[in-house]
Amino acid sequence: MRSLLRRDLWLAVRAGGGFGLGLAFFLLVAVIVPLGVGPEPATLAKIAPGILWVGALLSCLLSLDRIFALDFEDGSLDLLATSPMPMEAVVAIKSLAHWLVTGLPLVAVSPVLGLLLNLAPEGYIWLIVSLALGTPALSVIGAFGAALTVGLKRGGLLLSLLVLPLYMPTLIFGAEVVKRGAQGLAVGTPLALLAAITAGSLALLPFAAAAAIRVNLR
Amino acid sequence: MSIWEYANPKRFMQTSGVLLPWVTGASLICLLVGLIWGFFFTPDADKFGSTVKIIYLHVPSAMMSISAWMMMLVASLIWLIRRHHVSALSAKAAAPVGLTFTVIGLVTGAIWGEPMWGTWWAWDPRLTSFLILALFYLGYLALWEAVEDKDTAADLTSVLCIVGSVFAFLSRYAVLFWNQGLHQGASLSMDKKEHVSDVYWLPLVVCIAGFVLLFVTLVLLRTRTEIRLRRLAALTTRERLA
Repeated sequence: MRSLLRRDLWLAVRAGGGFGLGLAFFLLVAVIVPLGVGPEPATLAKIAPGILWVGALLSCLLSLDRIFALDFEDGSLDLLATSPMPMEAVVAIKSLAHWLVTGLPLVAVSPVLGLLLNLAPEGYIWLIVSLALGTPALSVIGAFGAALTVGLKRGGLLLSLLVLPLYMPTLIFGAEVVKRGAQGLAVGTPLALLAAITAGSLALLPFAAAAAIRVNLR
Repeated sequence: MSIWEYANPKRFMQTSGVLLPWVTGASLICLLVGLIWGFFFTPDADKFGSTVKIIYLHVPSAMMSISAWMMMLVASLIWLIRRHHVSALSAKAAAPVGLTFTVIGLVTGAIWGEPMWGTWWAWDPRLTSFLILALFYLGYLALWEAVEDKDTAADLTSVLCIVGSVFAFLSRYAVLFWNQGLHQGASLSMDKKEHVSDVYWLPLVVCIAGFVLLFVTLVLLRTRTEIRLRRLAALTTRERLA
């Protein structure tokens, strides 16, 4: 398992594997929004939580089809399927690798982008906490979507159509945490619900994704 | 005699062929009676004027759009567990019907909302969750279309339907939470049942029955079409191989 994780991480970091692509996209979203809506600090501060979460979600979406597609094409997914490791574990490891190369960097740079978007000072800690809690859910839900569409020639657009509705609860709770945090309100309830979504997705979706991959490899 | 007999396509075709004219007639009668009664023989409500009459389309279609997804969920589970093809095909047949009901619900809601709330669209919890439901239907249909092999498509869409049900349910409550936290959502989402007195309630019940029967009719019809399409595909393959 550890070697699979190491392999996926190396593939992502080297050889244009999309590492940094999501990050650059996230950065661009945060830069573009003030250009579009104008630089008034009050407006920016109001929309910053939502924009940051939408940006994180979209940059996650950008790299989803890479989770299984390349391995499916060169046949390594078949090898993994015949290996003694259960498919559920493969899915979990691959989601973890996806999170480490896209989700974690997003969490790391989000305070800087919060600065660009004039996020209220109280919001930073909740931005980091909510992204750290929520992005694993984005990765594992995305892995499920990628597993559904892995056998298709042009799965990219379909993948977005399938995954975006699944992302909505995470987005709502995540943005709500930051919004309340920035206004200095209590964040306990949305934070707990966000954590519940992440925990539930991590526990259950690998099974659904593994079932979908088995069907696709049939 | 058990319900699983109808898993045999031949048996299903026989019985549904007998049933189909009856449910078609019953749904036509219910819809005609309910809609004409509702549109022409009920008084205008004091606060709503005659706009209240759109309720006879709006409420039944909204109810059926959720019920259709539930039916697809049950059919998908039956397909995954017992591998009955008719079940998978009926789930496929129900999806466009459910999507149409969802769109009817949204459009009539917008038409009703404009004179009542002064807006075509508001990010009210109910509206938002129906929009999300429509997206789920779209994704489900798109996945059916995209996958070439029919059994693979049935498996994948069934898995999507199960996961989607959980997330559609989650979105419903997430949206409720989000909106109450921000806007004065409660004043917009007037509880429709509260305003309805018997004069409106009785034709509404007839309309709901009509929509349920209409759904059954359409799903039976579309399932029969799907079965015939399968047979046709099998025949052409055999012809080509011979």
